[in-house]
Amino acid sequence: MNGLSVATRETFRVTMLSSLMLLGALALWQLASTPSVGGRTQGLPGPAAVGKVTVEMLSEPFYDRGPNDKGIGLQVLSSLGRVAIGYGAASVVAIFMGVVLGLNPILLKAANPYIQILKPISPLAWMPLFLYTIKDSTGAMILVIFMSTLWPTLANTAFGVATIKRDYLNVAALLQLSWWGRFFKVVLPAAAPTIVAGLRISIGSAWIAVVAAEMLVGGTGIGYFVWNEWNNLSLTRVIFAILVIGFVGLVLDLGFNRLAKAMAYTE
Amino acid sequence: MGAFLEISNVTKYFPDPTGKGMQCIFKDVFFQIEQGTFVTVVGHSGCGKSTLLNIIAGLERPSSGGIILDGKAIDAPGLDRMVVFQNFALMPWMSVYENVRVAVKAAHPGWSAAEVQKCVAKYVEMVGLTGSESKRPTMLSGGMRQRVGLARAFSVEPKVLLLDEPFAQIDALTRGVIQEELVNIWMRTRNTVFMVTHDVDEAILLSDKILLMTRGPEAEIAEVVDIAIPRPRSRTTVIEHPRYYKIRNHIIHFLVERSHKKDHAAA
Repeated sequence: MNGLSVATRETFRVTMLSSLMLLGALALWQLASTPSVGGRTQGLPGPAAVGKVTVEMLSEPFYDRGPNDKGIGLQVLSSLGRVAIGYGAASVVAIFMGVVLGLNPILLKAANPYIQILKPISPLAWMPLFLYTIKDSTGAMILVIFMSTLWPTLANTAFGVATIKRDYLNVAALLQLSWWGRFFKVVLPAAAPTIVAGLRISIGSAWIAVVAAEMLVGGTGIGYFVWNEWNNLSLTRVIFAILVIGFVGLVLDLGFNRLAKAMAYTE
Repeated sequence: MGAFLEISNVTKYFPDPTGKGMQCIFKDVFFQIEQGTFVTVVGHSGCGKSTLLNIIAGLERPSSGGIILDGKAIDAPGLDRMVVFQNFALMPWMSVYENVRVAVKAAHPGWSAAEVQKCVAKYVEMVGLTGSESKRPTMLSGGMRQRVGLARAFSVEPKVLLLDEPFAQIDALTRGVIQEELVNIWMRTRNTVFMVTHDVDEAILLSDKILLMTRGPEAEIAEVVDIAIPRPRSRTTVIEHPRYYKIRNHIIHFLVERSHKKDHAAA
């Protein structure tokens, strides 16, 4: 190891530790699911069983055999579609409102108590109201996602805009930029790192909310898949779905990590 | 005939540190600037000279009095005045080129892309930054950053250029070079310039007239010094001029001794 750089050695140690953690977790899981005397599985399905289902499900991700039997790819896409609409709409609204509030300190102070009350409400608590008012389960799910992502983005945008260096806004004023010119050329790029941090928190919330919303009113989607497989008593598939949810969440977060790096600037 | 730029009995109050009362920063400041002249206010830190500059820029409002530029009263920022900031105030998310372009586009909304590009290139070249157009300000030294600040300000072709201690944050060796560059640029453009600084040598090198400001509170313009040193000037020729040290000593003497007169009067 003498020839290796410090960084390489650190990477090696991190990889070794990570692998050990994985092996440890798999071993515990295997123990918890070891068949008892008589050959019947008492506990959870083991890693081998879940691995087998994973291969099965991933080899044919887009099959469609009726409402209660669809491939995992279709389920994930249906969830992502809902997230895209709810999250997209909420982000536009939140960024716009956040900019308006951030540029008007008095308005921000006036609105802040309400934001603070609305922010901690679980987005699912709104579900009955949405179902009652729009009488459409897909619409209600999208609105739940909307509520789950509105507040982190709004709060971060307002904060980011309110703390933009005075100089940048002064330059915009001297150059007589229009409201929209200032919005696109100065305010958005200046606050972009904080806004993207908010968007990143929000995409996490949206992904959490969509699973829960689909478990409640589903029909399709990864959350509905989990609930459906629970009703079928197929814990193997439930565990597989849990892993898929985690993996998709990871990919979404990595995407925003990229975006955050692209938007970063140093003064 | 009225002057090109008239600062007419401008008074500014700020809330005092206790937050209870108001403190008078400067009182009844009156002076006139002829078109095409370079006028500098020299005073101690905190005498309110930057506040005065911001009032002329339209970034702050006077408590009483007013500014008249080319026959029109001024109460807001406009493209007829452009500021070069002490801390550069460049947009860190924009390249050198984009920082100048945003100003050129703002000043000439009707221009084609080719016309804008030609104008940006002209001013980037004027400050000697050709070849660094695609760099972000963070990658540049202080001197080069302020060159961008100068290019941005000149590119708008304002009626009045406002220089707010433009070279205070640049290392001493570079400062001399960039001051001389400004002398040369100004000889070609003959803009009307209002500068504030506490650097006496800088003021003498650049100015036609120097206004001496007393210390606050209730600061005022105590004296106008004509800099009767012929142009073109350079750092070496200026200090060899027989009047140079007389003027310099006079100003230093003022700053050390006489700028206190308000304190003595109050005591």
